[in-house]
Amino acid sequence: MNEFNYVRPSDAAAALREGMQPDGDFLAGGTTLIDLMKLNVKRPARLVDINRLQGLSNIMLGNTSISIGALARMSQVADDAGIKASAPALSQSLWRAASAQIRNMASIGGNVMQRTRCVYFRDPGAYPNCNKRTPGSGCAALEGINRNHAVLGTSDACIAIYPGDFAVALVAFDAQLRIQGQVERSVPVDAFYKLPGDTPDIEHDLAHGEMIIGVEVPISAALRRSHYLKVRDRASYEFAAASAAVGLELEADGRTIRDVRIALGGVATKPWRARSVEQALIGKEMTEPVVRQAAALAVEGARWREHNRFKVDLAPKVVARALMTVGGIA
Amino acid sequence: MPQPHPIQLRINGLERNLTLDPRTSLLDALREHAHLPGSKKGCDHGQCGACTVHVDGRRVLGCLTLAVQANGSTVTTIEGLAAADGTLHAVQQAFIEHDAFQCGYCTPGQIMSAVACIHEGHAGSDDEIREYMSGNICRCGAYPHIVSAIREAAFRLAKEASL
Repeated sequence: MNEFNYVRPSDAAAALREGMQPDGDFLAGGTTLIDLMKLNVKRPARLVDINRLQGLSNIMLGNTSISIGALARMSQVADDAGIKASAPALSQSLWRAASAQIRNMASIGGNVMQRTRCVYFRDPGAYPNCNKRTPGSGCAALEGINRNHAVLGTSDACIAIYPGDFAVALVAFDAQLRIQGQVERSVPVDAFYKLPGDTPDIEHDLAHGEMIIGVEVPISAALRRSHYLKVRDRASYEFAAASAAVGLELEADGRTIRDVRIALGGVATKPWRARSVEQALIGKEMTEPVVRQAAALAVEGARWREHNRFKVDLAPKVVARALMTVGGIA
Repeated sequence: MPQPHPIQLRINGLERNLTLDPRTSLLDALREHAHLPGSKKGCDHGQCGACTVHVDGRRVLGCLTLAVQANGSTVTTIEGLAAADGTLHAVQQAFIEHDAFQCGYCTPGQIMSAVACIHEGHAGSDDEIREYMSGNICRCGAYPHIVSAIREAAFRLAKEASL
């Protein structure tokens, strides 16, 4: 690990001043950053520890939205009774991720900033070429072992998967991130994540020195009737092979779909909203054939490599099963 | 060179003052500087759980926590779990009775994680124990006995609490 200086500012204003320094990097739970520092992927010269800043770890359930402070821990949000009742998919996406220990450490803001698990990205010693680490240097995953790489949102420069779960649920339910820099601003989570394109090194709409201070999730009927299904190589403590955050609102007849939200994880370079599937379902009756036909649209435009074609088959099945579960026809 | 940091930790009930390079993980601080080698280094990347300790009452990974981050905190390790008179914690006792280990390397982490798992209320069924203990890997494959040990310890602790 490289040498670095460590500071623990006492308030948010001081933390922002420190974070704006050219060599400053924010440290929250550290479950991504410390790991990547040990791997020599990240080499910050100055760590600004924001863990003990006051007032940034509250969970507030309003009438129209849920507000979660960026320093709330994953376990705290997953176990929150209000979140479980009004936003099941949010709770499930958190407790089905990582391990109990990591969920006690990792903050919500840091979770959103979690980096890819691409083995080539994570191993600069063996694979010096990586367009995400060093733009223009090349990509070992394209012709490498790419079973755990993306089939949606890829480019010729990068096929690294966005590995998280919580942000998949956030994208499905139109959540916004609150970001503090020189000014405070909000950005939809969907727009916060960038497609790799020719610049896979730029993953987020976040300037140097800006800090995520919270998440706002609008409350909807679909959010109240929501579910996060995660399919993976082992039963727990594993990243998704494919996952789906879904929410459903039916008409008074109990059969016709009024509103539906769908986002996919484990298959794309960013949390992947499946709007074409949503459009195909609205106004339709909730039956298995209808759901399966619509779910096939989730992988429109997919591009696979040597080892990851199974995701193209798996993802629509995960979407369909998640929808049938919330629809009560599974 | 970065400045060494003076760090104060309350470890297993004792105040400890250490001066550490900020790169030092909490795990290395405990093992190499506080001379408490019970917490184990497995993967050192947050994937195995062998380094699980309690910081301010919550189970965390010592390998992914910087010691400076924990400055001012209360830390409990496997060495601090038994009573002062040597009576083992209910989870330690249950691990022995159920033969819940083979080589024993992951055991300190398993036990610290299990104590927290029960305390959190996540030991209500075998499935729940498996889910909430999934961050602790056992390469000997002692999982069935680990689950039964935790089930029994949870039962005993609940019984004691209700007396």
